[in-house]
Amino acid sequence: MFKRRHVLSMRDFSREEIDSVLETAASLEPYAREKSTDLLSGKILALLFFEPSTRTRMSFETAMKRLGGKTINLGSAEASSIAKGESLADTVRVIGEYADALVIRHPKEGSARLAAEFSPVPVLNGGDGAGHHPTQTLLDLYTIKKESHLENLSVALVGDLKYGRTVHSLAYALALYGAEINLVSPPTLRMPEQIRTDLLGKGTRVSETSDLSEVINRVDVLYVTRIQRERFPDPLEYSKVARSYRITPENLTDVKDGLIIMHPLPRVDEISPAVDQTPHAVYFKQSFYGVPVRMALLKMILDGGQDGGLECGGEIRGTSKDRSKDRSGGWSG
Amino acid sequence: MTEKELKVKPIKNGTVIDHIAGGQALNVLKILGIGADADVSLSLLMNVDSKKLGKKDIVKVEDRELKEGEVNKIALIAPGATINIVRDYEVVDKYEVDLPDMIIGVIRCQNPSCISNTQEPIKSRVLVKGKNPVVLRCVYCEQPITENIADYLI
Repeated sequence: MFKRRHVLSMRDFSREEIDSVLETAASLEPYAREKSTDLLSGKILALLFFEPSTRTRMSFETAMKRLGGKTINLGSAEASSIAKGESLADTVRVIGEYADALVIRHPKEGSARLAAEFSPVPVLNGGDGAGHHPTQTLLDLYTIKKESHLENLSVALVGDLKYGRTVHSLAYALALYGAEINLVSPPTLRMPEQIRTDLLGKGTRVSETSDLSEVINRVDVLYVTRIQRERFPDPLEYSKVARSYRITPENLTDVKDGLIIMHPLPRVDEISPAVDQTPHAVYFKQSFYGVPVRMALLKMILDGGQDGGLECGGEIRGTSKDRSKDRSGGWSG
Repeated sequence: MTEKELKVKPIKNGTVIDHIAGGQALNVLKILGIGADADVSLSLLMNVDSKKLGKKDIVKVEDRELKEGEVNKIALIAPGATINIVRDYEVVDKYEVDLPDMIIGVIRCQNPSCISNTQEPIKSRVLVKGKNPVVLRCVYCEQPITENIADYLI
């Protein structure tokens, strides 16, 4: 199901496939801390980060090393051939020959899909601009499954729902599990209409508000996001919405006992540090779960399926000669 | 045709593209790559009355039979257009344009942050998610393209 497969967008995953990743992650979690394995001994993962990253880059690196593999780094884009004007297509063609898989983070949307067209090895999308971040979504789902429940879930997605890529992918994935999704954002940072329409089209129960108090006491999961300064073309627009929501212990007096509060981190001031001490805070565990989930993906892609033996479903597109052909079945202009 | 519409005489041989949404004839020529320097005789009727569309445009291309794959692209901006192949004043073939499932190198993504709008060695690719009204989705960034499609023709 997974061997030599690209991981580009949550749209490419069925519910069964997500379940198999989460199950594999659970089986690898003991090896994500303290212990290691040699499952991917001799394999190399290339990290191509064209944008800053702490958690995604380091947890991929940790995941690969815990599995006995090695990593190579692009380093800073300024110090590489990118600064000389090399295309992304050429970069992944070259580095794809050095490694067994690539992780890419790039500011342009669709960059991971482009990389997958040119790479001779599997590509994992580590975030493409305001587009997708599927490994974050998978670790979010793993966190919800472990710390709460995926069935009959009521979730509030809070903050920047317009530019925040994590909430877009997460909303699609939660729809596969029949979750009730409450969208909480300032009016200027609402979930894009297309995504809302897609969710409603799948029969998902969706509500929208700018007032967190309307939903906070009836949800199982509060998923809070940072309002990202770097996504705003206009600093004035950013300053208008920068401090729209702040979770404090006072907000949490009447919430459900089992409420969990998640955040993809880094946080700025959306969640008061005093909340860290409450049983609701799971965002640091969530960050750790990035390791077993990324271990699961790497194992399934590089070593085979869920049990290490599956071979089917490879999506790498053969030789570079094959890749130059028009595979679309459409027509050119 | 009424007498008033007979401003342009019928063509002997060639292609008549009928039922183009009013005002879109010039964009149809753009999609077909027929510019001012094209070596073909052309007639354009714009904003004529139409029972089906209210106002419609008609393009007549003389002595050239446009191929189906070539003209189907115009369904991007004129989804109900019909193609008539004319030989010796007789319509020998007639069909409605139909978009394929994917369109390559014809329309650029509306998203300025999309990798397909950079210098990478790729052609734009959009999936056709709806045909009338036309709804497209960029293969790369997955953003929908639904409005002002003519403005994004390459």
